[in-house]
Amino acid sequence: MFENVGEMVVLFWRTLLALPVAWRRRQKVFDQFFEIGNASLLMVCILSFFIGGVIALQTGPVLVERGLASAVGGLVGISMCRELAPVMMSILIAGRIGSAMAAEIGSMRVYQEIDALRTMNINPIYYLVLPRMIAIAIALPLLVVFSILVGWLGGAVVAANNNRIDIGFQAFFVNLREVVQIKDVANGVFKGFCFALVIGVVSCHQGLVTIGGPRGIGRSVTKAVVNSIVLIVILDYILTRLLLK
Amino acid sequence: MNEPASNPPAVGVEVRGLRKSFNGQEVLKGLDFEVKPGEVFVIMGPSGSGKSVLLKHIIGLEKPDAGEILIEGESVASPDVMSRYRMAMVFQSGALFNSLTVGENVGLYLTEHRLNPPDEIARIVSEKLDEVGLKGTEDKMPAELSGGMKKRVAIARALVIEPQLILYDEPTSELDPLSAVVIGEEILKLKRRIQATSLVVSHDRDLAFGVADRIAVINEGRILTVGSPDEVRRHPDPLIQKFLHADFKAHIKSNV
Ligand SMILES: Nc1ncnc2c1ncn2[C@@H]1O[C@H](COP(=O)(O)OP(=O)(O)OP(=O)(O)O)[C@@H](O)[C@H]1O
Ligand SMILES: [Mg+2]
Repeated sequence: MFENVGEMVVLFWRTLLALPVAWRRRQKVFDQFFEIGNASLLMVCILSFFIGGVIALQTGPVLVERGLASAVGGLVGISMCRELAPVMMSILIAGRIGSAMAAEIGSMRVYQEIDALRTMNINPIYYLVLPRMIAIAIALPLLVVFSILVGWLGGAVVAANNNRIDIGFQAFFVNLREVVQIKDVANGVFKGFCFALVIGVVSCHQGLVTIGGPRGIGRSVTKAVVNSIVLIVILDYILTRLLLK
Repeated sequence: MNEPASNPPAVGVEVRGLRKSFNGQEVLKGLDFEVKPGEVFVIMGPSGSGKSVLLKHIIGLEKPDAGEILIEGESVASPDVMSRYRMAMVFQSGALFNSLTVGENVGLYLTEHRLNPPDEIARIVSEKLDEVGLKGTEDKMPAELSGGMKKRVAIARALVIEPQLILYDEPTSELDPLSAVVIGEEILKLKRRIQATSLVVSHDRDLAFGVADRIAVINEGRILTVGSPDEVRRHPDPLIQKFLHADFKAHIKSNV
């Protein structure tokens, strides 16, 4: 996995160099963008609601017992923003979209479509990688914002309805607003953006280096997802450490 | 047919000492030949002799282990050769873009390089599809086509480029005899219209002797002979004679 990091950095760099032609690709970027939204919005919704809910459920009773009922909103608020929304959504997207990217590009590789592109003097990075990278880099941060909001809602619903917590909707959000600052949300969005680049680069790279037939494509997909998730978790630690200051 | 005002000149290809191994198995064992500008050069040879690998080298998809390929005296390895000359390849498998429609496949080169406005591209695409006998298939997906239809779409996609150098890998291998004749005509038409240099890899003896200016016979990564169709037909090498005169009926009779 790490032996390819150099190649991935090169791929990322080449994609950055291709950015000036991005406007010409807007149609493809839009297509990819809507595909990402379509494929994941419902999942993001369900996942985020339950993540928010379970945090409230786990921490609520403990905090309430110790007379810290007013901290529940803030705790759910902060943990959604800074950690859970970006990491969980990125993992979801790695599974949902990273796999699709690796499979699509991988099958184009195996069935010589990428060779055909090259004989037509069409750069596969411009044509395939760039639109996907831009789309995911825009879509994932937006999904993170969405996930944060739904997660808060999930936390609030559980806090209000669980009789061992029993904190009203309003009290929950009053506390949340006291604690959560705009920079916490920005923090999560930024993480989401970084993870999006990781998923994009890892998946496109895996796709491009696919060899062998259908089994090769399968291997690439698995690798793309697993490597993305591992890198996301490692990068998450590094980013948290840097952003904590 | 309205042609571009000034046709780009045809290009010549020179292959020198080309060698290539895959996993220790030498596939091309030192090939030397030259294709003159505007010529139809046919490469024949048994399956597995390295013909497809050779074509991939000529269009720069594979890097030689040794030797070089020159297009108008310039190595294909140098970065801007591909953008300076219009080249096209018809892959043995077709290599159509499976996520694009037939029309988008055929028009992709023009759309991507913004050579024509969209309605003009649509016109050219339908004209080319018509030429290869696939009128009105623009909106089909490649998965809905038969093997032979895919091959013809791939040929249309290459013809749209109006290439100075075009490589055909088994253009007629999946076609009925009538469509094969049509493709043979297309090869000659392209040559006449824009003086394209064509390299045709084929087992199809009728096609080969019908269109070739010169023929090369290759076997196990080596060139056995290069010459005009007549020279090749009269070549004394028993391997070449066997290859050219293999006959199903005679073979079965001699075995019974
Ligand atoms: N990418 C590759 N990796 C490993 N071996 C390869 C590769 N491409 C081709 N070969 C080998 O090179 C040899 C020649 O293959 P090639 O496809 O050029 O044959 P061919 O002359 O085109 O045959 P056919 O007429 O059946 O298409 C074969 O033995 C094949 O196994
Ligand atoms: Mg072949």
